[in-house]
Amino acid sequence: MAKRVMTVDDSRTMREMVAFTLRKAGFEVSEAEDGRKALAALQAAPVDVVITDLNMPNMDGVALIRALRADARMRAVPILMLTTESEAAKKAEGRSAGATGWLVKPFDPEKLIDVVKRVAG
Amino acid sequence: MSFDHLRATYFEESAELLDSAYAALAELAEGRADAETVHALFRAIHSIKGGGGAFGFERLVRLAHAMETLLDLLRDGALAMDAGRHALLLRGADALADLLAAEKAGTGAPPGGEDALMQALHAAAETAATAPPAAAAGWRLRFTPRPALFRNANEPLLLVRALRRLGPVQVTADLSRLPPLERLEPEDAHLGWVFELQADVPRAQVEEVFEFVADDCMLAIEPLAGETPGAPAAEPVLGSEAASATIAPPAIADAAGPTTGAPQSVRVDVAKIDRLVNLVGELVINQAMLLQLGGTLPPALCPGLIAGLETLSQHLRELQEGVMAIRTQPVKSVFARMPRLVRDLSAQLGKEVRLVVTGEATEIDKTVVEQLADPLTHLLRNALDHGIEAPEQRVAAGKPRQGTVHLSAEQRGGRILIELTDDGRGIDRARVLARARERGLVAAEAELTDSEVDELIFQPGFSTAAAISDISGRGVGMDVVRRSIQALGGRITVDSRLGSGSRFVLSLPLTLAVLDGLVVAVGREAYIVPIAAIAESLRPRREDIHAVVGRGEVLAIRGAYVPLLPLHRHFAVPDAQPDPARGIVVIVETDHAGRMGLLVDDLVGQQQVVVKSLEANYGPIDGIGGATILGDGRVALILDIAGLGPAATTRPMPTAPHRAAPLQPALQ
Amino acid sequence: MDLPMTTHTPSHGPVAGFGAAPGAAGNAGQFITCTLDDAEFGIDIMAVREIKGWTDTTAIPHAPPWMRGVINLRGVIVPILDLRARFGMAQTQATRMHVVVIIQAGTRLAGLLVDAVSDIIAVAPEEVRPVPEIGAAAPERLLCGLVPRERGMVALVSLDHLLSFPDAALPQTADAVLALHS
Repeated sequence: MAKRVMTVDDSRTMREMVAFTLRKAGFEVSEAEDGRKALAALQAAPVDVVITDLNMPNMDGVALIRALRADARMRAVPILMLTTESEAAKKAEGRSAGATGWLVKPFDPEKLIDVVKRVAG
Repeated sequence: MSFDHLRATYFEESAELLDSAYAALAELAEGRADAETVHALFRAIHSIKGGGGAFGFERLVRLAHAMETLLDLLRDGALAMDAGRHALLLRGADALADLLAAEKAGTGAPPGGEDALMQALHAAAETAATAPPAAAAGWRLRFTPRPALFRNANEPLLLVRALRRLGPVQVTADLSRLPPLERLEPEDAHLGWVFELQADVPRAQVEEVFEFVADDCMLAIEPLAGETPGAPAAEPVLGSEAASATIAPPAIADAAGPTTGAPQSVRVDVAKIDRLVNLVGELVINQAMLLQLGGTLPPALCPGLIAGLETLSQHLRELQEGVMAIRTQPVKSVFARMPRLVRDLSAQLGKEVRLVVTGEATEIDKTVVEQLADPLTHLLRNALDHGIEAPEQRVAAGKPRQGTVHLSAEQRGGRILIELTDDGRGIDRARVLARARERGLVAAEAELTDSEVDELIFQPGFSTAAAISDISGRGVGMDVVRRSIQALGGRITVDSRLGSGSRFVLSLPLTLAVLDGLVVAVGREAYIVPIAAIAESLRPRREDIHAVVGRGEVLAIRGAYVPLLPLHRHFAVPDAQPDPARGIVVIVETDHAGRMGLLVDDLVGQQQVVVKSLEANYGPIDGIGGATILGDGRVALILDIAGLGPAATTRPMPTAPHRAAPLQPALQ
Repeated sequence: MDLPMTTHTPSHGPVAGFGAAPGAAGNAGQFITCTLDDAEFGIDIMAVREIKGWTDTTAIPHAPPWMRGVINLRGVIVPILDLRARFGMAQTQATRMHVVVIIQAGTRLAGLLVDAVSDIIAVAPEEVRPVPEIGAAAPERLLCGLVPRERGMVALVSLDHLLSFPDAALPQTADAVLALHS
C-alpha cells in the first residue's frame, strides 16, 4: 500500500511542488495550508509522514510539531521540516519540538524522495 | 509564494552562498582553512546547483556540477588542493556569479563563455581517476542512540535499511546498556549497534544516512581494518563526541544550511523583523507612558507599582536589544564581494594588488550592510585606480611591486568603524588645492589646513583623475560616497600621507531603527539630538557669547569660536528662550561644517528612541532625519545634524575625526 | 453664491481633477461631508480611515500654515492639514470640539482638520459638475467636482492633489476659494 504523506505549507506553489514530486514517486499525498488545518485533518486520518513548512499563519510548523508529538497516536509519525530557514536556530527549535528531519527550500526533488523514503521506511 | 518570489529567493540565497564560497576560497588561499572549509565550499556550490536545476538553468547546473566533482575529490582526499585547482575553483565561482547575474537579468550569458573552464575542471578531476580510489572498501559504524532518539520518530531499523541500499551490512547489537525490566523506560532507546558496511562509498554518503539522528546518537565511523580510507590522516577515526570527531552534521544533505564553520544566516522576511521591531518600540513607548502615569499616583496607593514598572522597563530594554540584534548581519556578506573586484580591477589596470580583509564577522544592521556595497565598491575602485601606483612606479619609489589594500571592520561603542587603507601614493594636496581653486571651490587666497584640503575631495563634482578612467568615472566621486554614508547615519573621513597612502574611515550606526538621543526642549516642542553627533553640552556664560555682524552669534569655548544655531529661530518655534545665556548649548560635530552649537531651552533627558518615518506620510524635511514618539505619546522630531546649519558652505571647516563623546556637565 | 455655474460647457478648458482622483468624482459614490463655517466639502468615504477629535500636534519646521504638524496615530506619524487654511483662509482655531478626518490616498495617510462632520451623501455621476476655472490654477485642483444640493453645494475634495505635499507649493489664490465659499 502506498505510503501517505501530508504536505503542510501556506504556499500553494510549494505544496504542489512537494505533492507533484512525491506522487510521481508513488506516494499518496494530501495537503493542508496551515498547522491548524493539518492537525484537524491528521486527527481524522493519520498519515505515514508529515512534511511541514515552519512559517505559517494560524498555527506555525513548530507548534504543529509540538501538537503532533503530544498526541499519542501521532507520536511516532516522522515529521520533516521543509523550510528556507536553513539556519541552526529555527531548525533546533523544530528538532527539540520533535521533528524527525529537515529539508531546505528550494529542494532537490530526488533528495526529497530520498529523505521521505529514509524516514518512512 | 509565487514562482517569481521563489526565483527571487533563489537569487538572494545564491548570492549569499556565493559569498560564503568566496570566503571559503579565501580561507583556502590564505592557509586558514580547516577540514570544514572544503565541505562548506561544496555545500555552497551544491545548493546553487540544486536550486538552479529547479529553475532550469542548465549551464549553471553543468558548471556547478563540474566544480562539485572536483570538490568531491578534494574533500575525500583523492586530490590535494593546490594553486592550480584553487584558481580553477575561483574562476568557477566567478563564472557562476556571471551566469547567475545573467539569469537574474533574464539576458542569458554569452554562449560558451564557460566552455574552457568546464574542460579544465573535467581535466583536473580526471587526474584523480588514476589516483587511488577515493573511498574505503568499507566502513565500520558504531551507532549508539541516546535515550531520546525515538522522541523525534527516528527509527534505527530504517537506518539499517538505508545503509543496506549502499551495500551488504553486517549488524551486531550492543545490549550492554539495556536496563533491567523494572527500570526500563519503554519510550527510550537502549540498544546500540555496530554495522559493517561492505561498500566502496564515500564517507559522506554514509554520514548522510545518519543526517537526522546526528544530535541524538554517538556515531563512530572508521574504515574497515587494514584498508586505506579515502580521507587519510586529516580525518582519523570519527569517534565519540569528546574526541571532537562526532559525525559532522549533515554534509551535503543540508546543503543550504551549513551547520558549522560557514556563516549561518537567518532567512526571515525583513518585514517580519521590522514588524517586531516596531511592536517592541510601541511597547517601550507604552511602558514609558505607564511609568509616567504611575509617577503621578501617591506611592501608598499601590506600593509595588513603580518597582514593577521599572523591572518591566529593564526587560523591555533587553527584549529590544535582542530584537535589534536579529536585524544585524556580519559585514562579511559585503566584504566577500571585494576580492573579486580587486582581482578584476587590478587585471584591468595592470596593477598588482593584495587585498587584506579583517573583521568580517563584525555585525551591523542588515539595511546598512546592503547599502554599504556601493560606497565600499567606490572607495575600493578609487584606491586601486588613483591610490595604488603601477608596479614599476612603486618599485621606482622604493615600495614593493604589489600594493596592499586593507579593508577592516570593528565595533567601537555604538558604532561600526570600517577602514579602507592603501599604501599607494596618497592625496596630492597641491594638486587637489589647485584643482579646487580652478573650479572655484576655494577662494584663490584662502589658506587651508591639510585636513581641510583632504575634505575637498568630498565636494560635489570634484575629481582629480588626470585622465578620466572608466574605473572611477568622472565626477561621480567621493561626494556621492559621502552622501550615501550620511544617508545611513554615518560619517566618512580621510587622512592621507603623500607617497605612503590614504586611509578612509567610515563610522556607521549599529542600527537604523533605534537611536540614542538627547531630548531637548525648544518652546513647547521637543527635539531629539542624536547622541553620536554630540560633543558636549553646556550652559554658556554671557561673556563667552559674541555677536558677529551678519553671521549671528558665536560661542567662545576653550579658545575657539563655535557658531551658534538657535533652534527656535531656525525652526521658527514660538515662545522659546531667546537669550543664549539662559538656555543650553549642545555642541555637535558635522561633517561639512565642523562644530556648531545648537541653542535650546533645556535638556529633558537622554533616551533610546525608535526612529519612525516622516517620509512615509509627509516627506523629507531639511534638518530633520525622522520622528519618534515620546513617553507621553507626543511626536518629537529627530534632528539630522548633517542637514542643519548654513546650507552648502563653500569652505569646509576642519573636521577632527570624532568619536561620540559622552555628555558633559550640563546634563548631570 | 456667485459662481458661474454655466461654465460647465464641455469646451471650457480642462476640467481640472474631474475623474482624475480615483474613487472621487468619476463614479457614483458615497461621500462624508464636513463643514468649514457654512461651506460643505465632500470626502470620498472609501478614503476615510477614521474620524477623531483634535489633539495637539508637533509642528513641522518651515511648513506652510495649512500644515498643522504631525500626530502619533497608534505608532504611525501622520501629518494634519488644516483644510480651512489649505483653501487659503485663516488657520482654524482648533479646540477639542474640532474634528480630524484621517484619510488615505495611495500609501499616504493624513488627517484633515475640519469644523465638524455633517452627513454622508450618495452622489450619482451625473450630479457632479466640473469645477469652473477661476483665476489661477491652484485651488480648483484641490477640488474635483461640485454637487448642487437643495441647500447650497458640496465641493468634492481631490485627495490626491491635497496630499501632494510638501512639494505642493501651490500658490494660494484665496479669491477663487472664497468665491466658492459664498
